[in-house]
Amino acid sequence: MNTHLRKYFRQEHLPHIWCPGCGNGIVTAAILRALDRLGWEKDRTVFVSGIGCSSRAPGYLDFNTLHTTHGRALVFATGVKVAHPNLNVVVITGDGDASAIGGNHLIHAARRNIDITTICFNNSIYGMTGGQYSPLSPTDSVASTAPFGNTDRSFDLCRLVEAAGASYVARGTTYHVTPLTKLIERGFEKRGFSFVEAITACPVYFGRRNKMRTPVEMLEWQKDAAVPITRAQKMDPEELAGKFVIGTFVDIDMPEYTESYERLLREHASDRGGG
Amino acid sequence: MSESGRRLMQGNEAVVEASLVAGCRFFAGYPITPSTEIAELLASRLPQVGGRFIQMEDEIASMGAAIGASLAGTKAMTATSGPGFSLKQENLGFAALTEVPVVVVDVQRMGPSTGMPTAPSQGDIMQARWGTHGDHPIVALCPASVGETYAATIRAFNISEALRVPVVLLLDEVIGHMREGVAMADAQNVEIIDRKGPSVSPSEFLPYADDGTMVPEMAAFGEGYRHHVTGLFHDETGFPDMSAAVAKSLMQRIMGKLDAHRHVYEWTEARDTEEAEVLLVTFGSPAQAARSAINRAQREGMKVGEFRLITLWPFPEKALREAATGARAVIVPEMNLGQLRLEVERVMGCATPVYGINRTDGDIFKPDEIYQGIVEVYSG
Amino acid sequence: MSSSEVRAEDPVVVDRHLCKACGICIAFCPKSVLGADGDGIAIVERPDECIRCRMCEFRCPDFAIVVRSEEDE
Repeated sequence: MNTHLRKYFRQEHLPHIWCPGCGNGIVTAAILRALDRLGWEKDRTVFVSGIGCSSRAPGYLDFNTLHTTHGRALVFATGVKVAHPNLNVVVITGDGDASAIGGNHLIHAARRNIDITTICFNNSIYGMTGGQYSPLSPTDSVASTAPFGNTDRSFDLCRLVEAAGASYVARGTTYHVTPLTKLIERGFEKRGFSFVEAITACPVYFGRRNKMRTPVEMLEWQKDAAVPITRAQKMDPEELAGKFVIGTFVDIDMPEYTESYERLLREHASDRGGG
Repeated sequence: MSESGRRLMQGNEAVVEASLVAGCRFFAGYPITPSTEIAELLASRLPQVGGRFIQMEDEIASMGAAIGASLAGTKAMTATSGPGFSLKQENLGFAALTEVPVVVVDVQRMGPSTGMPTAPSQGDIMQARWGTHGDHPIVALCPASVGETYAATIRAFNISEALRVPVVLLLDEVIGHMREGVAMADAQNVEIIDRKGPSVSPSEFLPYADDGTMVPEMAAFGEGYRHHVTGLFHDETGFPDMSAAVAKSLMQRIMGKLDAHRHVYEWTEARDTEEAEVLLVTFGSPAQAARSAINRAQREGMKVGEFRLITLWPFPEKALREAATGARAVIVPEMNLGQLRLEVERVMGCATPVYGINRTDGDIFKPDEIYQGIVEVYSG
Repeated sequence: MSSSEVRAEDPVVVDRHLCKACGICIAFCPKSVLGADGDGIAIVERPDECIRCRMCEFRCPDFAIVVRSEEDE
């Protein structure tokens, strides 16, 4: 066990349930390093997750942890944050959890710009149920429910969240783990809705079906397919085909939901007697 | 409460004012007829008492947000009607298994589907009991007047907090929108129950341990008692455990805690049941028409009694059996095709016939049609 | 001693209880410090080459690796 991060784990619950080479642990450790740098207190931090492989992460973390229903992590997190605005609230979700069944909640959490940091572990597949295609599975990729190749178009979730109004939007990969950690740290620092998409590997259900036979090959793919945003801006769409852009897409300051509501509370607290 | 005294109010408004007395400080909702006034009123009332209101993007979100707020230590409520109640069911099941106190108001309207949004109904009786998947503990209250709605709302919070169980408050469109004079409670003179917090230090705390009452102590997020909450089956530490032994004991405890604390939630009213040859089992707004029909029948010499349920679930089986002793027939008037009658039949067994008087046309009962039903059964 | 045991002087420490033998740390070590034992578990083969970039630690999905800082030794 990494001595530096040891204190953040519920060590009695390790080793984790994830498959060999699954990138979820890489993202989880990056999250811990980011909050460690910021000195976040365990008692004041709540991790909320939905359903899926990535959503098992909070169970291993020695914080206030809430493992909810499929797609709904953000709504439970919203309740926690609105009721208790002084808590740090982090949502851990997967690509299917966040973009399919939970897509509407993602849009509206971003629209409210509520101070929740959402880390989306994007492994391009529904892993927990055995490898069905998700809205983030690339077109033509093979999945158990797309045996002849995926005919759906895939989502650019960062662009969706940006359009919905989040204060901070970024994408990183488990190969580029040092920049990923910095993106997450910046998301934590941001007052407002922060969204970090972490491209991570599912070697068992995505890789093996898509000509990446080992965890190492999947990280090689992340290395080769990722284009830093500064470079991507100078490239045309044909050059970017089959690639994805990493880096910071949005980093702006806007009114945050709970702060706006606290102001309303101060202004209207004495409108009419007590309760 | 500075506003004790009598006020003319709607059932939906009674829910709002009583919830504040009960200590509700969080509401998440979504507009839906005929419950919308609850959200509208709380949007202005909650900030006045330092509470928080949020209009969520849908009904599923409202249910989840209310549970999240409760886990953060705040008494929370959501309100809806049929279509929204359907959408809330999955997260309602989460609250039942994770034992999170929360109050869900369902102002029933005619269904299925969009149905008749402004017409009253009692069509969600079985959904309130069995709406979410799997066996689960749940309490449902169904008041028959605006004044009783006020009392039932406070009681709903108390039950939910005392037993760590979701409580469904079943109104119907008539109760929700009808106006009556209501005696408002004085917060100092009303019993308000809060969930019990941890009695041990964080290192000794087991979030789902049975302290002998079958209701575990509850810590709020942020209080220093870091713990895990999951909708998976879990042991007393709160962490997932799929073993048969753990699943069995968890299920036994969460169901058993309701059996063990019947006095906390059971609420019924028996009137003239001792001599009754025919017993009416009533609940919700039709009880008012039924009362007037019973009075008329009694004036005409018929031995008719009334057993009124305010608590529908868990079903007050024993109390009904006692009230029905000696009755040769039972009548259940309800604004559905006989949902509660099924339960009454189960309790009465084959010996006593149970008749329904039912309406599913969106109209309310007139005393006369219940009276006619009584005459038919009485002379039959 | 067997090659899988932790040696006090090793710059990289692998927790055999946590390692799931995915091979990521071995493949991406810029100095080829790491190798695998018969079970695929990472072992330190060339400790002197380690430049303490910590990429093996950061990319370990199993929280199994720690790179000691020079002060630790």
